[in-house]
Amino acid sequence: MEVGLGEYLALATILFGTGAIGFLIRQNMLIQLMCIELMLNSVNVALVATNRFYPDNHAGQIFSFFVIAVAAAEAAVGLAIVIAFYRLKKTVETDEADLLRH
Amino acid sequence: MTTAKFILFALSALVALGGALGTVAARRPLRAAMSLLIHIIALAALYLTLSAHLLAAVQLLVYAGAVVVLFVFVIMLIGPGAEPPHRQRAVVSRTLSLTLMTIVTTTLAFSISDVAADWVTAPAAFGTVEGVGNALYKEALVPFEIVSITLLVAIVGAVAIARRSTKREIAAKRGREAGAAEQAA
Repeated sequence: MEVGLGEYLALATILFGTGAIGFLIRQNMLIQLMCIELMLNSVNVALVATNRFYPDNHAGQIFSFFVIAVAAAEAAVGLAIVIAFYRLKKTVETDEADLLRH
Repeated sequence: MTTAKFILFALSALVALGGALGTVAARRPLRAAMSLLIHIIALAALYLTLSAHLLAAVQLLVYAGAVVVLFVFVIMLIGPGAEPPHRQRAVVSRTLSLTLMTIVTTTLAFSISDVAADWVTAPAAFGTVEGVGNALYKEALVPFEIVSITLLVAIVGAVAIARRSTKREIAAKRGREAGAAEQAA
C-alpha cells in the first residue's frame, strides 16, 4: 500500500472538519476550547506532511513549532476567561454568555 | 514507504480520528480531555512517520504535558459546574452547521487527496534536533523571540483575567464608591 501527501492532507482536512463541527455544535466552553486545539493540530499535520515531501528546508516544521507555541498561549488565556466567566455565571454554557445582549 | 511505516500511519491516523471524535462527542469534559490526550499521542506517532522527530517530542511535551493538564486542572477547579444539564437548544442551526461542515469537509478531503508528491529521501539532519535547531535559530530567530514575548504576555494576561480581587482592592473600591456617594449627596 502506498500512502502519499494526498492521504496526509485528507486526514488533516477530516481532523479539521471534526474540530470545526465540535466547535459549532457543542455548547460547553471547555469542549469548544478543546475543539480549537483539534483544529490547530490538524493544521500542524498538514504543515509537517508538506514539509516531509519537500525537505529542502524546515519551513513547515518551524511554522508548526510556532503554531504549537501560540496554541499553548491560547489555551492558557482561554481557560482563564472560562474561569472568570464561571465565577460570574456559575456555568460554562455558551448560551449564558449574553451580557452584551441584555 | 515501507509496510511498517504504512501500518504506523494507518494505526495512528485511526487512533487520531477516534480521539478527535471522542473529544467532540463526549458528554463529560473530563472524558473529552482524555480523548484529546489520545488524539495528541496518536499525532505524535504520525509525526514520526514524517521524520519530524523533534516535533513529535515537542508535541508530547507541550500538548500532553502542559495543555491537557491545564484543561484537567480547570475541569477539576470548576467541578460539577463543568457538566451542565443536557438541554436541546438551537437544534435547527446546529443540525444545519453539522450538515454543511460535513459536506465541505468531505468535498475538500476528496479533492485534496489527489495531490501527489514523491517520497524523496530527506537529508540526514531532517527533523532532528540539530536540523530544526539550526533552522530555528538561523532563519527564524526574530519570530522565535516574538513567540517568547507572546508567551510572556499570555502568562500575564491569564493571571490578570483569572485572579480574584484582593481584599485591599475591594476595600479601595468600596472607599471610592463611598466617596462618590458623599459627593453626590
